[in-house]
Amino acid sequence: MKDFEIFGNKDTRSGFGEGLAELGRTNKDVVALCADLTGSLKMDAFLKENPERFFQMGIAEANMMSVAAGMTIGGKIPFTGTFANFSTGRVYDQIRQSIAYSQKNVKICASHAGLTLGEDGATHQILEDIGMMKMLPNMTVIVPADFNQTKQATLAIAKHVGPVYLRFGRPVMPIFVPADADFVIGKADVLIEGTDLTIIACGHLVWKSIEAAKILSEQGISVELINMHTIKPLDVQAILKSVQKTKCVVTAEEHMMNGGLGDSVAQVLAQNFLAPQEYVAVNDSFGESGTPMELMTKYGIDTQNVVDAALKAIGRK
Amino acid sequence: MERIELERVASQVRRDIVRMVAGVNSGHPGGSLGCADFLTFLYFDVMKHNPKNFTMDGIGEDLFFLSNGHISPVWYSVLARSGYFPVADLGTFRKLSSKLQGHPSTDKKLPGIRMASGSLGQGLSVAIGAAQVKKMNKDASFVYCLHGDGELQEGQIWEAAMYAAANNVDNIIATIDYNGRQIDGDVEDVLSLGNLHDKWQAFGWSVLEMDGHNFNDMNNVMQKAQSLCENGKPVVIIMKTEMGQGVDFMVGSHKWHGVAPNPEQLVNALSQLEETLGDY
Repeated sequence: MKDFEIFGNKDTRSGFGEGLAELGRTNKDVVALCADLTGSLKMDAFLKENPERFFQMGIAEANMMSVAAGMTIGGKIPFTGTFANFSTGRVYDQIRQSIAYSQKNVKICASHAGLTLGEDGATHQILEDIGMMKMLPNMTVIVPADFNQTKQATLAIAKHVGPVYLRFGRPVMPIFVPADADFVIGKADVLIEGTDLTIIACGHLVWKSIEAAKILSEQGISVELINMHTIKPLDVQAILKSVQKTKCVVTAEEHMMNGGLGDSVAQVLAQNFLAPQEYVAVNDSFGESGTPMELMTKYGIDTQNVVDAALKAIGRK
Repeated sequence: MERIELERVASQVRRDIVRMVAGVNSGHPGGSLGCADFLTFLYFDVMKHNPKNFTMDGIGEDLFFLSNGHISPVWYSVLARSGYFPVADLGTFRKLSSKLQGHPSTDKKLPGIRMASGSLGQGLSVAIGAAQVKKMNKDASFVYCLHGDGELQEGQIWEAAMYAAANNVDNIIATIDYNGRQIDGDVEDVLSLGNLHDKWQAFGWSVLEMDGHNFNDMNNVMQKAQSLCENGKPVVIIMKTEMGQGVDFMVGSHKWHGVAPNPEQLVNALSQLEETLGDY
């Protein structure tokens, strides 16, 4: 298996912050709204350079979502920023009516998603957000894999017309996507080509899957790894092309098993090409306090879980 | 427009409302009838708008957002009678594939509508966002929005109220349809709003009161509201109305909030409302 070049270690939220700052310089229609988490969302640079286009909303997320929807009328492109929990569940009805159903060009940017928010515990560790957002008609759902890709995705969604949910996180993780890579919404990246098994991952689990592929490769297993950064619209062709070759699949995500990337892939397989699938995801459970990496291990979304799932999926062929 | 002309339009709007809801045996006639005078006044006498060339962005035009989307019949009638779309389309209200959905929507591209509403409490925030963009675009027109009084029980209204005052959003005129009724009964009994005037004032808004069935009063109060704009504070008008106004067996009761008249009741209602502009 090829070695991945590592370009450093950073958090994906910082990729968002850099992308937003660049948009501040290059796209005068972009406005940013934040519900009292400017530092956590890394929106400081945009605020500093564009104070007239930054809106401090206070701790009032419902108002923030509907104000953002209203700001599209007159041609602005609003980017909202708060934690993933407060970007989705707390404001689902506002997003549903004023953004998704009304087809407004709002970019919902959600940090601290999943277990890797860490010590704050389950109240803040949302694991249902991908499911909620992908169920909404008109919504695009993007979960980039690393710092560089989050920056690229932030730039890409400003050019896309329509509602977008962009999910990223807090922990510092290796950067493996080249800074000059193309990011195309809805087009999956095949990171490793292989023949025995397909791993389809998103977000932080892409790096975990790279680690797992290395271990599996040492055991003589040829893994094909797909970075499925866009959950919706899903790159069905990429899934089918790979699974028709490998005949089995593992999906890996920092999300609830119900309703996440895995279920989207299962739907494609059920409708088009039956193949054994194993899930690496949180199994119907809330999280708890702990360090990000301790939590990934305890809740079964770590490198070893991907390896175990791979062996199981291959065994079911 | 002369008061007498506005009254003639409003009478036709009321006929449209009762015919629309009776036609599909569903919809919300009570609040619609109560706001017929106000929306007629707003669209025919107050707003700068361009019904023949509707654009989503509405640059250079006054904007209106209906937050209490269930009174869609009155809005649809006023939009059609203003020239946004053919009055014949009113006959499709709530029917399959119609642009005139039960609650207002944008997905079927009905001219005049910029935001879906129905789930209550969101429209004030939307209007504030649009008003802030007008300021950014150096567009001096106003943003109007209408809310039910029962709708003020939604917490988001007060998030929005706090935000608009704190950020000097002073190009917005919000109106409250203060009819005192909601589905389960009188607002006072279901969940009292307390002293509404003082609440808005405490939230930092300029507060006016208005008789929503008196065109002269509406004219005076709206001019006052406009003169209060661009002074650093948002403006709210608490508008006294009667639910079901114009139809004697509907007026003043919550029972006609969301119930359509039967064919016999429709005949009775129409006998009380002069056909002035021709039925659709």
